[in-house]
Amino acid sequence: MAQLTCENLTLGYEGREIISDLSFSVNSGDYLCIVGENGSGKSTLMKTILGLHSPMKGKITTGDGLKQTEIGYLPQQTLVQKDFPASVREIVISGFQGKCGLRPFYTKEEKRQALENMKKMRIDDLQKRCYRELSGGQQQRVLLARALCATKSMLLLDEPVAGLDPRVTAEMYSMISQLHKEGITVIMISHDIEAALRYATHILHIGREVFFGSKETFKRGMFLGSYSAVTGGERNG
Amino acid sequence: MAEVFSKLADYFQNVPAVRYAFIVGVLIALCSSLLGVTLVLRRFSFIGDGLSHVAFGAMAVAAVVGLTDNMLLVMPVTVICAVLLLASGKNTKIKGDASVAMISVGALAIGYLLMNKFPIRGGSGNISGDVCSTLFGSTSILSLTPLDVWVTVILSLLVLVMFILFYHKIFAVTFDETFARATGTKAGLYNLIIAVIIAVVIVLAMNVVGSLLISALIIFPALSAMRVFKSFKSVTVCAACVSVCCACTGIIISIIDGTPVGSTIVAVDIAVFAVFWLIGLIKGGVRK
Repeated sequence: MAQLTCENLTLGYEGREIISDLSFSVNSGDYLCIVGENGSGKSTLMKTILGLHSPMKGKITTGDGLKQTEIGYLPQQTLVQKDFPASVREIVISGFQGKCGLRPFYTKEEKRQALENMKKMRIDDLQKRCYRELSGGQQQRVLLARALCATKSMLLLDEPVAGLDPRVTAEMYSMISQLHKEGITVIMISHDIEAALRYATHILHIGREVFFGSKETFKRGMFLGSYSAVTGGERNG
Repeated sequence: MAEVFSKLADYFQNVPAVRYAFIVGVLIALCSSLLGVTLVLRRFSFIGDGLSHVAFGAMAVAAVVGLTDNMLLVMPVTVICAVLLLASGKNTKIKGDASVAMISVGALAIGYLLMNKFPIRGGSGNISGDVCSTLFGSTSILSLTPLDVWVTVILSLLVLVMFILFYHKIFAVTFDETFARATGTKAGLYNLIIAVIIAVVIVLAMNVVGSLLISALIIFPALSAMRVFKSFKSVTVCAACVSVCCACTGIIISIIDGTPVGSTIVAVDIAVFAVFWLIGLIKGGVRK
């Protein structure tokens, strides 16, 4: 059974439709890239997948033992966080908050896992550092470690490399790729078609033209129309 | 100097009002500074101001109607307004700062209007005196009854316990509400709890500093702590310590010098903020 299934979704705000009749599914171990122009409804789709926004029509189901609240989410940074006094450790462990329910404190096991996730993201030496003093790439890794705390099996990344320089971007992609190899399902929202084609196994394109399928089908020219230039560049490179 | 201390010790032993003032002042300072950290970070620094004006308005209504215990009206009205302002979220038509400003000045105006239009039963007959003491917190902290003290002690202990129990949740919701919601934290519920706690603290604090200066108690310790410390925990602990020390110093100065309690405490808070700001600059850790 698929981990995440979206059936005939129609999304929008206040009666205005942005996406209509969208269906796709994500299986365990997939790496799905959601691409599309600005305003095509990528972030609305993401909020719907996370359960923050309800669809106008259609439904989203999770399976394979995954609950909707167990999707690890890497949000884009907000203004508030830019000058928030918080240590790396405090932020990472707050990923477990959803599992705490009314329990006021974190367990030993959760603390241990938080440390493990920090090691995985190579930020364990920054534990005590203040989040706002870190570089953009380090901050992203902190938030990714937090997302790992919130999930066992699925990550949803919202523009994970926005605002990062090329070297850090490559590092970030390889880290995500590593997590994918370790068995975590990845859904990534991105502007970056080139990276999508390099790392993803599946592509969902929304906007005027809708496409969902494997990367190979996407490349094979079913969808060459607006992206021929990019796919061409990929072949040359 | 020794003279001053012996005078203070004398007050402490023989005047219960001074003891009460210290107990109430310290507890209020502690509670308000704890909440201040999350309020400042949420860009809600002015909520203290807004809500205290609501409490002022409600107090005026209570006085006009002739309620013997105006807490019964003031507390629920303030709690409701706090919930409306904080828990309604970001999807309201009027944005956060505008709605706080609106409620704040609205309640202030209506309250003053009512106090002038209808003479207060059992009041001193001196309207501007009454208004001034509600706004700036008169010397009334020195005329607290044992009942006032007990109510404050119980409510502030409650606030403290709630804060400790919900500490990690408050952090999660303040740092990133969307993430918290997406991963199954009941952000709405915790926002509601925070709103109620804030309303309670503000109504309590009106006795000490009056409604115009409550914001200072809430934001100054938090801002001072943020100049120097860098993790949420250390900022919270430091804000609490700073706030308690400032409250004590302020009360002592006002007893010795006969200055108004509320504004003295706030003046001490400002001085401490300046010191922390300098320390921050020297450490070079925090810009701005």
